[in-house]
Amino acid sequence: MKTVFARTPTLKDCPTHYCPGCGHGIAHRLIAEVIDELGIHDRTIGIAPVGCAVLAYNYLDVDMIEVAHGRAPAVATGMKRTNPDNIIFSYQGDGDLAAIGTGEIIHAAHRGEQITVIFINNAVFGMTGGQMAPTTVLGQVTATTQKGRDAVNEGYPLQISELLAVLPGAIYVERCSLNNPTQIHKAKKAVKHAFELQVDGAQGLSLVELLSPCPTYWRMTPAKAMEWIEKEMTKVFPLGCLKGEK
Amino acid sequence: MCGNEALGEAAIIAGCDAYFGYPITPQNEVTAYMSRRMPEEDRVFLQCESELAAINMVFGASATGKRAMTSSSSPGISLMQEGISYLSGAELPAVVVNVMRGGPGLGNIAPSQGDYFQSTRGGGHGDYRTIVLGPSGVQELADCMPLAFDLADQYRMTVVVLADGILGQMMEPIVLEKKPARRMAGKQGRKLPPKDWALTGAKDRPQNIVRSLWLREGALEELNYKLQAKYEQVQRNEVLCEQYAIDDAEIVVVAYGVAARIVRGAVSKARQEGVKVGWIRPITLWPFPKEYISKAAEQWRIFLTVEMSLGQMVEDVELAVAGKAPVVFYGRPGGGVPTVDEILDKIKQLTIRNKTQDTGQKTKV
Repeated sequence: MKTVFARTPTLKDCPTHYCPGCGHGIAHRLIAEVIDELGIHDRTIGIAPVGCAVLAYNYLDVDMIEVAHGRAPAVATGMKRTNPDNIIFSYQGDGDLAAIGTGEIIHAAHRGEQITVIFINNAVFGMTGGQMAPTTVLGQVTATTQKGRDAVNEGYPLQISELLAVLPGAIYVERCSLNNPTQIHKAKKAVKHAFELQVDGAQGLSLVELLSPCPTYWRMTPAKAMEWIEKEMTKVFPLGCLKGEK
Repeated sequence: MCGNEALGEAAIIAGCDAYFGYPITPQNEVTAYMSRRMPEEDRVFLQCESELAAINMVFGASATGKRAMTSSSSPGISLMQEGISYLSGAELPAVVVNVMRGGPGLGNIAPSQGDYFQSTRGGGHGDYRTIVLGPSGVQELADCMPLAFDLADQYRMTVVVLADGILGQMMEPIVLEKKPARRMAGKQGRKLPPKDWALTGAKDRPQNIVRSLWLREGALEELNYKLQAKYEQVQRNEVLCEQYAIDDAEIVVVAYGVAARIVRGAVSKARQEGVKVGWIRPITLWPFPKEYISKAAEQWRIFLTVEMSLGQMVEDVELAVAGKAPVVFYGRPGGGVPTVDEILDKIKQLTIRNKTQDTGQKTKV
């Protein structure tokens, strides 16, 4: 019999701790596939965030480190500067990258660090119980915006990828979505390009933002969550390449 | 060379692969010196966006097995405490130099010893320790650097070199040696363990993971016991201390760093005037040379602790003396530096009190 699909070796053969319908599993698989396709498993170092993906090292079979909340781009800088031949990527959620770690990501991009950042935007703090994230959309009900996010009190959703794209040190910034197979296919291409740039020694930071479902804290079924990404999230976070067309 | 430059060059000689720093007075000469010298040696220098970023860059470089350091002064060191806690949890080696200035808050840029508690009690969250070296001259500050890197690698701990604004700025002639100076080396022939835990890419070996999160019930407790066993080993093996004229001393002055230098002057003067006084100078502040002080306290004498603070190390002296002798304190905070004459006066006051006690009551206090 002919094998048409198999688990890629860098993705470990084990169940994850993620909730049903969560997007992290898809994002992990894309990264694992890209690492294997590019043949960089032996020299890749991954950085897990603080958030739901803190245990990413249980699923991705490369050397990995777990770092303080938001500090991944600084840790990545320390690694890449001292080990230019290694491939360094950080995997960060919206709380990690767009709230507590805003300073670190902006300055890593501003310095043009040769690292790859996978930014998971699910518009909510997942691990701590569904609180508002900087990327929470207006009107969205969370544990800390119980009447819905109000711009007067809580500000507007932060489009950090757009902010980063204007920096000369950020050479590739693209926003993709994990809400259906077509989008996942596009996301894979973007993730691959972001890694390829680093493999090729391109002078700057590459970032892929992935709109990702959190059915648990959106209080939706997995299917509804996928719909909500397309109908609501993409209005605030339009998909497409913001910098550095492939 | 000024102390800040000397420690930078000593770090380079000690094999420091990467320096990450952020400007803050009175340690700016370290950053400036390293910005010139590290690239000359094909090593990494980076001026970071904050001390928070600096310590996390140290974290990243160290996780790959490189020798990495940062330096700062008190307010910046406060910002780094998050990273130092993570370094300790993840058992990564790191060298952090604190050229202390007056506090609290933004304080001032004058020399101080106000960060003793912060350095010797861990400093950040959680149950951990850092090794703390307290040099008292530029030569010793330079000698501390290779020792600091060796200790960090041997025990996979953060080593804090606790200097102050005077040491950082003061110029003195020094000799730089590749090996730790004998006096500073502690145990000779240190064998450093291989860094088989380092993240280098999982080539021909299973994945390495550097982490400080332990969720399984009992797992973090186990880690803390493991850390504790390591800390006890450090306490047994790595104490460094110097003492002078203790045998017949009725007064023992305990001081570290620059304060100890001033004390040395005061004690010499007092001896010339016939006062029976000596000094003990802890070089490692953690592990604290408890046994030196405890041994000295077996005879009745007064312990005078002198610090450039309102009394922090004095608590360790009290713990070591354990009620066997009186412990008194003299110090100046907020950038104030005790003078030789002030300390001499204090010693003389104690002499009078000591004599009064001798004649007034025969039993030991």
